[in-house]
Amino acid sequence: MPITVLIVDDSKLARIVVARTLKALQPDWERAEASNADQALSIFEAERIDLALLDYNLHGRNGLELAAELRIRSPEMPIAIITADVQPDVISGAQRVNSLVVNKPLTEDGLRPFLSVAAARLGESPG
Amino acid sequence: MDENIVLNELERDALTELVNIGVGRAATSLGKLVDKHILLSVPALELITLLAASRLLVESESDGLVAVRQQFTGVFSGRALLILPQSAKLDLVRAVVRENLSTAELAELERDALAETGNIILNGCLGSMANILQQPLALSLPEVIQGDGNQVLEIDGVGGDRQVLFLYINFVIQGQNIRGYIAMILDLPSIASLKQLIAAFIASVTGEDFGSSDPN
Repeated sequence: MPITVLIVDDSKLARIVVARTLKALQPDWERAEASNADQALSIFEAERIDLALLDYNLHGRNGLELAAELRIRSPEMPIAIITADVQPDVISGAQRVNSLVVNKPLTEDGLRPFLSVAAARLGESPG
Repeated sequence: MDENIVLNELERDALTELVNIGVGRAATSLGKLVDKHILLSVPALELITLLAASRLLVESESDGLVAVRQQFTGVFSGRALLILPQSAKLDLVRAVVRENLSTAELAELERDALAETGNIILNGCLGSMANILQQPLALSLPEVIQGDGNQVLEIDGVGGDRQVLFLYINFVIQGQNIRGYIAMILDLPSIASLKQLIAAFIASVTGEDFGSSDPN
């Protein structure tokens, strides 16, 4: 069964960048996209999601708040918070919900470590 | 004039995202400087007259403003401003200096500390935008301006009717009573070149050619 990645960002362009970067590293993985936390949660309820890539600075609930909600529903799912705001509170907030911070602007090198760990945890090849 | 005529949806999105990244970096630097967490809003982007921009600033602040301004010139030009209500000015200086100073000592340091703080934030923001767009921007030295919205935006006489692209973000220094705005004013003549750069940026990140004629 293919791995499905939930991509959440209110910027369409940012979602395109995440999707393209993901495709370069894991071409077989499937994607679901949302532009805010509510949409992300309803996708999560409706579909099988294996890992999540969340923008931090979202309209409404931010990426950390969304990660906390997802964490309640899925204690083990790999979650990355994608942000240019790498202040200690953001990083410790990400750690509290057992997620990893990945730097924006997103690059393949930046995303690779998270995806490798996620792939290993999901029993996939690290790409 | 509708801003959608000037920038299409994906271009607005790309510009907002660029500013978001820039401000995120800048907040990281400011957070280190004051050893506090900086909360940022999502950037707002409007095509309005300078006077309307000034009204936006004054609406939320009745007790006068202080701003640090840097001009930037390059393929696109404009001004970047760190704007605070007068009442937050000394608190910011105190937060940056991080020492117990008398009000007189703080007042003496005020201009310097504001200029330096503004410089860190605005350079962080403009620098990362320039890097992503791969276009150098020349930045002027920071200047501290005090007054109302019109004075901060330097509207004199008829200049207020001029349309500009106005981008602004609210910030709050957590645990301190300090809030303000980071604003960017882009002159319309440079929007055409900015539009090209954004289109190139979009093409480079998507690997596709989303020209500015793209209806989406």
